[in-house]
Amino acid sequence: MSGADFLSLFLHFLVLSPMSIGGAITTVPEMHRFLVEQTNWLTETEFTTSIALAQAAPGPNILFVAVLGWNVAGLAGAVTAMGGIMLPSTLLTLSATRWARANREHVALRSFSAGMMPLTLGLIIATGWLLALPFLREDGHRWGTLALIAVTVGLTLKTRLGLVWMVLGGGVLGALGFV
Amino acid sequence: MNRPESLADLYVAFTRLALQGFGGVLAVAQRELVERLGWMTREEFVETLAIAQVLPGPNVVNLSMMVGDRFFGTRGAMAALAGMLSMPAVIVLCLAVAYGELRNYPVAADALRGMGAVAAGLVLATGIKLLPALNKSPLGRPLAFGLAMAAFVLIGLLRWPLVTVLALVGGGGMAVAWWKLK
Repeated sequence: MSGADFLSLFLHFLVLSPMSIGGAITTVPEMHRFLVEQTNWLTETEFTTSIALAQAAPGPNILFVAVLGWNVAGLAGAVTAMGGIMLPSTLLTLSATRWARANREHVALRSFSAGMMPLTLGLIIATGWLLALPFLREDGHRWGTLALIAVTVGLTLKTRLGLVWMVLGGGVLGALGFV
Repeated sequence: MNRPESLADLYVAFTRLALQGFGGVLAVAQRELVERLGWMTREEFVETLAIAQVLPGPNVVNLSMMVGDRFFGTRGAMAALAGMLSMPAVIVLCLAVAYGELRNYPVAADALRGMGAVAAGLVLATGIKLLPALNKSPLGRPLAFGLAMAAFVLIGLLRWPLVTVLALVGGGGMAVAWWKLK
């Protein structure tokens, strides 16, 4: 990778950042076009496993961008891609937060947050559903997965069991072939 | 309400939060910030998340910066951001290196599936837990719950693009809220 390549990697993610409303995952099709089809920096498989890996690891899902960058050009690639995707959205969030706090009693802002709340909650439940869907489509695993999801929901609502233990428990049940 | 005592306090809290979040951090953020630390109420959490959601960038990372900023200004936002990203980044890159070795074992895929199912359940449970925040909505309960249901159906089942649903459900909700609040 030349300096110009790093610059183009940085600029590409920089441009995607302000477009990533609803999370960077919404710009995945565009990243795929750039990294796999246009520059050939990643193969199809490298691209897909990068995202799956980040989903399975602890931490915010945005880190799939770091894994993509890592697979393009090691540590320098990871830093370049993450810097590009984070910089604009971070600056925007900070200034929007300041403005919102200074004007919190303003009727426009109160209407905004009251109007957005139902959408936000609908989106959370839709995300849970979409995360579950690929497992429910696998024939041999449908009922085990469904049962595990139901147990997780029940435990989360009714107990204060640490979330990590549930995730690790799910991993063990999966490895033992119950799911 | 409690509050963090120092920047280090913020950094540690968000590192702890991020490291518990497999397959996304939203469920853990609610549990930690609202239930364990008591830094915000359930209503404040949903309200902040609603703003974090329409801003570009990762929702929960935006939310963490907003929380940090509220207590310690820009330095707080940076401490929260560093907490969310630094340790998890190291771990995920180590995993990327290790993955080459592990991918030939089917047991790894089975374990991942189990963890994925739990992650889905956690997000669903978080949504259910936060739903009562709508009881206090100025929109009134029936409309607020109706819009939430519409958002779920349009995004989750019909797979409409987010921008369209944002305009319809978000815009509609805002228009009614404006009319009721003014």
